[in-house]
Amino acid sequence: MPLQDIAQALISGLLIGAVYALVAVGLTLIFGVMDVVNFAHGNLLMAGMYAAFFAWLGLHLDPLASLPLVAIAVALLAGVAYQLCIRPVLKGPPLAQIIVTFGLLVLTTGLAQVLFTANTRGVTNPLVGPVRLSVAQVVIGGPQLVTAAGALLCTAAVYAFLRYTEVGAAILAVAEDPDAARLMGIDPDRVNLLTWLIAGASVGVAGGLLMNFYTVNPTAGTDFGLVAFVAVAMAGFGSIGGAVVAGLAMGCVQTLTGLVGPQYGFAAIFVLYLVVVLVRPRGLYGTR
Amino acid sequence: MGIRFGEEGKVMLATCTMKRVLLLPVLIVLVACGGGSPVGGSTPGAGLGTIKIGALEPLSGSTASSGQDTLHGIEVATEVLNGKLSVPGLPGLSDGKIQLLTEDTQGNPQTATAAVDRLVQTEKVAALIGAFQSSVTLVAAQRADRLGIPWVNGASSSPALTRQGFKYFFRTGPSDLTFAKSFYDFLKSISKQHPVKRVVVIHENDAFGNDGAAAVTQLSSQYGVEVADNIVYQLNSTDLTSQVQKIRAANPDAVFTFAYINDAVLMSKTMAQLGYTPPAILAFGSGWSDPTFIPTMGKLADAAMTRAAWSISYTEKNQAAKVVADYFVRKYGLPMTENSARSFTAMMTLGQAIANARSTDPEKIREALAAIKITRTIMPWPGVKFDSSGQNVEAQGVIAQIQNGKYEVVYPASAATASVIWPMPSLTGR
Repeated sequence: MPLQDIAQALISGLLIGAVYALVAVGLTLIFGVMDVVNFAHGNLLMAGMYAAFFAWLGLHLDPLASLPLVAIAVALLAGVAYQLCIRPVLKGPPLAQIIVTFGLLVLTTGLAQVLFTANTRGVTNPLVGPVRLSVAQVVIGGPQLVTAAGALLCTAAVYAFLRYTEVGAAILAVAEDPDAARLMGIDPDRVNLLTWLIAGASVGVAGGLLMNFYTVNPTAGTDFGLVAFVAVAMAGFGSIGGAVVAGLAMGCVQTLTGLVGPQYGFAAIFVLYLVVVLVRPRGLYGTR
Repeated sequence: MGIRFGEEGKVMLATCTMKRVLLLPVLIVLVACGGGSPVGGSTPGAGLGTIKIGALEPLSGSTASSGQDTLHGIEVATEVLNGKLSVPGLPGLSDGKIQLLTEDTQGNPQTATAAVDRLVQTEKVAALIGAFQSSVTLVAAQRADRLGIPWVNGASSSPALTRQGFKYFFRTGPSDLTFAKSFYDFLKSISKQHPVKRVVVIHENDAFGNDGAAAVTQLSSQYGVEVADNIVYQLNSTDLTSQVQKIRAANPDAVFTFAYINDAVLMSKTMAQLGYTPPAILAFGSGWSDPTFIPTMGKLADAAMTRAAWSISYTEKNQAAKVVADYFVRKYGLPMTENSARSFTAMMTLGQAIANARSTDPEKIREALAAIKITRTIMPWPGVKFDSSGQNVEAQGVIAQIQNGKYEVVYPASAATASVIWPMPSLTGR
């Protein structure tokens, strides 16, 4: 097999893996802070994709120009979802939370179909569409590059925010021990809301960026959502750095396996996951 | 006290929200059902009365746009049969009114089978129609066959469907074997100027893709063409780079594709991004004939070719097709496609069979279908006549090419509205 094919697959894997990582970051953040597995996470991505599409269709904004708007819109949506649906069941049994987030998934998919129709939509000529970098016969598409770079930047920003700001420290404190955090004067409820806003904004950015080359329909979030779950589970629930590593690894495994047998690319991701959880049940970076 | 009160309030709010959350899907289902099944104006006491027909299509899920388009074709045919729309040469029913009962298969064979049970056992439908995806049709039609209910299919193309020995299954449209033959006849007709020696098949891993690829492979040796590679991928792929790389490595003279809409878009965009343009894309419809393909792809759609059972440009040559297609776009705001044209023809055939049978008895309808001979349709082929396997022997494919954002028929010459563009101009930089 020519070396450039392997290099191309590796690059493409890293590019799509960066998106998996950013989707996974929001999911792992929510779990890390309040132990809620958000099954509707993929649909926040779908909402971001639709927001970017309609900003392009109605306001003639390129997906890159509308990115801040899209991030805010999805963050607000995530905030509303938290206030209306998640907050009331936080004290309930885990089963209640699973049912609520799963219900949200079904509900929002249905709503999207009623509101936006089932048609597949895409942005026809994104600004970065014609851009192509070519190094030694390895091609990097502009949309993919911008999407991956944006995803990594956004992931880094979330990480830095948690690590180096006081509010971030409060979030980490609640993740560590909500009762102790409360004693320190931190209101876990506000931190939870903030976590949902951040998770929403980051997955919104992922959705907006994806519209540079991907299409959206009411079930578009499902496949990415599934991959994000595997990334989070593989990394260990709650680990942001781990989710990034897992996301990138999954992208590469998918495209490299694809070189041998394209039909096995997606399956290989799940094999990798099974191997990881068999060897290390709490995930690569998991602590519990 | 205050805190207690507050917490009670919280619980109340929670219950309210929960109720709302639980109620909304119910409302959505109600709305969806209301939109999907027009109430048939039955005329009590008149002969056949209300004739119930069950229509199964993927109305949600990733192929929903194609499923809805296909259902629209059935709905327009129902209006013609019920005398609400008059089309020259296509008579309505002189007796009875058709009531269409729509079910969403969600693109899932199990859901479709459950829908068949409900439609047959609870609703007592006289016949069934649908279900777009070959893999879904295959499983659901099997159940219908066991229940002894006739199934007329227009838009599923897997050759396997008419090889099951079904007694009650009839397909009015061409199978992918017929389509593959049309493609190879087309390639033969241009072989002087553009010889095609090597092809690559890229297909989805389901009945549509696998059986279709097998049909292409089966015919290729007859026509002296080498299938250099046979590439498989999963539905709704997030990345198709390695697949496109494999096509490029095989360096074919033409690429046959079997892909639904999402993957069709991603595949074309990936080719453009990797700077690879095959000499020709020969698509087996589906994604490439989805009504949203051209609007989504813009200039990137141009010069791809697709097999089609019909094309909007054919309305220039068929008056009935023009009336139907004009009404279709007025009603739904989207142009009629080969999918809706095929399902329209399936429904018209079923209506004709019911009229011939003068009965709503499934057994009599089956007999009428087996004996039917229709010579006027909106399709670019002679008519409808089934062989013993239930395949319409008159069905043929045409080859359409997207030119300036429109489907133009390029083969056969008798139906052609434009001449072919070959090789494909570079996808990159359009």
